[in-house]
Amino acid sequence: MELRSYILRRVLLLIPVLLGVTLFIFGITMFFSPMERATLYVTNIRQLNNLPAIIERYGLDRPFVVQYGTWLGQVLSGNLGWSEVASMPVARAIPHLIPATMELAIFAVPIIILVGIFFGTKSAAHKDKPLDHSTRVVAILGWSLPSFWLGLILLMIFYGYFTGFLPPGRLSIPMDILVDSAGFTRYTHINTLDAILNLNGPVLLDALRHLVLPVTTISVINMAFIMRLMRSSMLESLGKGYILTARAKGLAESVVVNKHARRNALIPVITVSGYLFAGLASGAVITETIFSFKGIGWWAWQAAFRLDIASVLGFALFSAVLFVIINLIVDILYTRIDPRVRLGQGVQ
Amino acid sequence: MKDWKFMARQLVKNPISLMGAALIVIFIIIAIFAPLIAPTPADHLNPYMMPRDSYYATPAPPSDEHIFGTTQGQYDIFYGVIWGTRSAFRVALVVMGITVIIGIILGSLAGYFGGLLDEVIMRITDIFLAFPWLILAMALTAVMGQGLKSLMIALIVVWWPSYARLIRGDILQLREEDYVEASRGLGASSARVILRHVLPNAIYPTLIMASLDIGAVVLSAAALSFLGLGAPEGYADWGQMTQFARNWIVGPPGEPLKYWYAVFIPGVFILLFVLGWNLLGDAFRDIFDPRLARR
Repeated sequence: MELRSYILRRVLLLIPVLLGVTLFIFGITMFFSPMERATLYVTNIRQLNNLPAIIERYGLDRPFVVQYGTWLGQVLSGNLGWSEVASMPVARAIPHLIPATMELAIFAVPIIILVGIFFGTKSAAHKDKPLDHSTRVVAILGWSLPSFWLGLILLMIFYGYFTGFLPPGRLSIPMDILVDSAGFTRYTHINTLDAILNLNGPVLLDALRHLVLPVTTISVINMAFIMRLMRSSMLESLGKGYILTARAKGLAESVVVNKHARRNALIPVITVSGYLFAGLASGAVITETIFSFKGIGWWAWQAAFRLDIASVLGFALFSAVLFVIINLIVDILYTRIDPRVRLGQGVQ
Repeated sequence: MKDWKFMARQLVKNPISLMGAALIVIFIIIAIFAPLIAPTPADHLNPYMMPRDSYYATPAPPSDEHIFGTTQGQYDIFYGVIWGTRSAFRVALVVMGITVIIGIILGSLAGYFGGLLDEVIMRITDIFLAFPWLILAMALTAVMGQGLKSLMIALIVVWWPSYARLIRGDILQLREEDYVEASRGLGASSARVILRHVLPNAIYPTLIMASLDIGAVVLSAAALSFLGLGAPEGYADWGQMTQFARNWIVGPPGEPLKYWYAVFIPGVFILLFVLGWNLLGDAFRDIFDPRLARR
């Protein structure tokens, strides 16, 4: 099968899943009465007097299928309701908050992948040696750490004990005012990137200082997973016939490990890294919450906590769609990386 | 049965997994003997609600009366972490139990009968797996309202699709086995073939995986409780106790680590509990990974 028709088929397969996702989200709103559902569209308190009019306008007392149709139409035209927490429409809150989340992901994902691959390879090459045992213990420890607790402990030490050294938030107050002033152009709303583009050293430094702890928290928790995956993938690859051949040819062990075994072992790691990025991009809820790092994860938590249902559901819908699309891209890239994947025939 | 014996033998050989098993045994003992280790005060009705001295907010350091100190709201930390062990097991067993049952029913229907039924069930799992787990769980608890019941339902909704898929995969393989073919040839009904021949062979790997997932369930439940979307206030729950500590990570000027016990102790219990299951699980994943040659 040709690549183009494969992509087409995958995109078509996406439609029932996305339809199901919207149906599910809409089904959740059916927990509420029409009156309560009308409040999801209320933007200020005075409108509460007009609930019957809102019910009328959005057809909230009509049969399920009709309502679903109306709702889907609204969603497709960009109306996800009003976010109480962000004081703006949900559809505007998401693009407003996503740069912060992207900033976390951009820093965390490369660290996780590089460190994970490095130690995973070493661990497999020295299977059952002290190095393998210690990386194993570190990995399992990282994997078992409650991320919220790790975050609190890090804050206790680096914000409390070393007073204010690595603070929570995204920027300190003076810098926050500075980036919103006329002299600073916000190209991307990703603070570090904007600081570089504006050639502003102090802002860059301040932004980095706020990034250290959240990025560390995310990395420690997720690194373990990549490390273990890389290790088992390496072990599988080291057991293959071509490794025996390579060794028999008299190649140096480092060449065998780094060139022959690792290249093949990387494939599952690359796939999982894609999912990892998708997961992080759709909001590192816990990390953002602990460090008051105001991205979409933090917003989603605020919304869930303050029962701002329109935001919660809008966010769930957004992250599911993003997740599905990134996974699709990963799968398509996969066919380029692994020549053994013959499209439509599976791995041979 | 053979699987369990094999597991036990591998367990003894590996010091790391042995440590995991020891941790789990300790927690089981704590859970069973909770009423003896941390007796409930006589005038206290529900033992799962932590007793409190007063409504005063500031945590109090460890003393003779409260050996781990008290957390925000004067809840006794020692009592909370001991009874919290029971809460952890309860949530884990209920969630895992129901998840496995749903997984077995839907997975075996999909795997055994195939065709349209399989297609429908698998597409439904696709929909659930499209959501990042925490976000799905948050949305559900927000809609259903805070409480342990919502938390458990949310976790079941998050977890069942993976089990349905796992069991379906096993059944698909087993369906082609000769003895299943033979039984069908002898005129056995579908129900009999599934219940007598297919399921018993598929169920052990599932149960092993489920028991090793208990750590992950508890970690997720703790995360939701920490976010304020789980246990009701005052319930003996490790996640919630960590949330109480959130306001106390920085002490007054001059004593930045003054409230360390409120932050540190509940988290250590979560960590050790999850660590126990993961140490065990990691060893077994190696043992059972069919891709790794047993050398």
